[in-house]
Amino acid sequence: MGLMDLFSRSKSESNSAQPKLTEAPTHWIKCKSCQALMYYKEVEAQEHVCPKCGYHMRIGVDQRLAIITDQGSFVEFDASLAPTDPLTFVDKKSYKKRIEEGIAKTARHSSVVSGEALIDGVPTQVVIFDFAFMGGSLGSVEGEKIVRAINRAIAKRQGLVIVSASGGARMQESTFSLFQMSKTSAALAKLGEAKLPYISVLTDPTMGGVSASFAMLGDIIIAEPGALIGFAGERVIKQTIGSDLPEGFQRAEFLLEKGSIDMVVTRGQMRKTLGDLLRMMTAH
Amino acid sequence: MATYLDFEQKIRQIQEDIVSAEIRRDIPAVEILKKELDKEVKKTYSNLTPYQQLQLARHQDRPYAMDYINALLENKYELHGDRHYQDDHAIVCYMGYIRGEKVVVIGEQKGRGTKNKLKRNFGMPHPEGYRKALRVAKLAEKFNLPLLMLIDTPGAYPGLGAEERNQSEAIAFNLLELSKLNTPTISVVIGEGGSGGALAIGVADRLAMMRYSVFSVISPEGCAAILWNDPTKVEIATKALKITSEDLSSLGLIDAIIDEPLIGAHRDKEGAAKAIGDYFITSLKALRGMSDRERLDARYAKLVGHGAFTE
Repeated sequence: MGLMDLFSRSKSESNSAQPKLTEAPTHWIKCKSCQALMYYKEVEAQEHVCPKCGYHMRIGVDQRLAIITDQGSFVEFDASLAPTDPLTFVDKKSYKKRIEEGIAKTARHSSVVSGEALIDGVPTQVVIFDFAFMGGSLGSVEGEKIVRAINRAIAKRQGLVIVSASGGARMQESTFSLFQMSKTSAALAKLGEAKLPYISVLTDPTMGGVSASFAMLGDIIIAEPGALIGFAGERVIKQTIGSDLPEGFQRAEFLLEKGSIDMVVTRGQMRKTLGDLLRMMTAH
Repeated sequence: MATYLDFEQKIRQIQEDIVSAEIRRDIPAVEILKKELDKEVKKTYSNLTPYQQLQLARHQDRPYAMDYINALLENKYELHGDRHYQDDHAIVCYMGYIRGEKVVVIGEQKGRGTKNKLKRNFGMPHPEGYRKALRVAKLAEKFNLPLLMLIDTPGAYPGLGAEERNQSEAIAFNLLELSKLNTPTISVVIGEGGSGGALAIGVADRLAMMRYSVFSVISPEGCAAILWNDPTKVEIATKALKITSEDLSSLGLIDAIIDEPLIGAHRDKEGAAKAIGDYFITSLKALRGMSDRERLDARYAKLVGHGAFTE
């Protein structure tokens, strides 16, 4: 099967999924945190933050862009980058099949969308993770998109914002995935040498290889309230230490208290915060 | 006492026969048995499955970082601590000489015996271990000493304190700093290359793997549990993840395979140490032939060149 077949097929699959999306606004939504039932439109109007308890729900790329970038300012780059299957990896499903499913779900070829946008008026390189595509996992395409965004930031003398939402490295790409950690970190060193700012925004969840590379390397690190952030997953830690984890462990507020991040910022304040900080750290 | 894996039982039998023939002073029998041993070793070790290689990489008789440091390093001094929290015994740092060359060595150290295993935390560093490593790496840069890093860990430690002290940041910061450290750097996977905890001392001008070492994004056990939902699928996961030195070399992800003795580093520690020493000296010579700029540019090009995608 050629690559184009794969795309054309996935397109028709994503089209068939369309009716479901248009149905969505009639749905009632249950908050994962406080179990309150809310009308979809109410939640949407509040930037997908639970009006009852303030829980920041997981959101897609388009919603994220609407929240942090100025309307209509986003221009996507590198959308044509697509994963290959260098190890012909098959677990319970093949990697190829998982990619197809990810494309059908998100209409994109990777868990990262990158481009240029205005953030509160400041031209910025933006990278946004989509948890819906294979759990936001970090593979070769994602790493390459980040490096290219960094290169554009250096060429245009702009700042960089990466919004992470990821379970970590993509196992189906094995060591290729692992080496995206060093690849992105090396590129960030260049951004630092160019004295351009990088703000890392951690959203629910930011774990494993993503947390242990670019996500923790921001000049300023901001987390959304309640976001799960850490190196090792809950199950692994529990197995290792043989007991339950303390309340609030690995949550944004816990990291703030431990000195691991600069601030916890709500969705409503995010764009202004990013814009203000970027202005202070660049010539704008 | 030496430990033998299932697939090494025939070798054990012949080795025992040789010992008893030597006691009997039966010289002709010893000769015949030694030839038989050679044949058996070739047969066994030329056809290892990925899972058998994983077992060798974790073999408890396999030389650990300290074995290589003791074999290779002269006039050595250990450097302790991250200057902030505590001394992490899962990572050891030394200054000394290898064959007359001044060198800084950083190694992940597993322990032997219960007491030592606990002291070394089974070779799983905490954040302060990675911070100690970076502090010492910066010393190497400051005084223009080459840096040799020996990788051997199941992974960075997944525990409460490690998370509280920001394991993620410790690893990430090493990746960034080692990508631009201005001194010749050589990393060798000597046993287990466990994910980010291994990579944190694996960013270097030269990344090599010992023949029977492995390097993996996740332990095959963890991968089997997550992707197959079945911990018994370890052998399949090991194969699928392509973690052997041969795999990573053919995928272009490492710079070299260091040929340890065919029978394995665990049966010939001196031979294995010599192989690492040779690789270090040869690589250092090549790296010294480059200017600082050339060396750093080549390292950067290699690091950002990793990936498989279409456009």
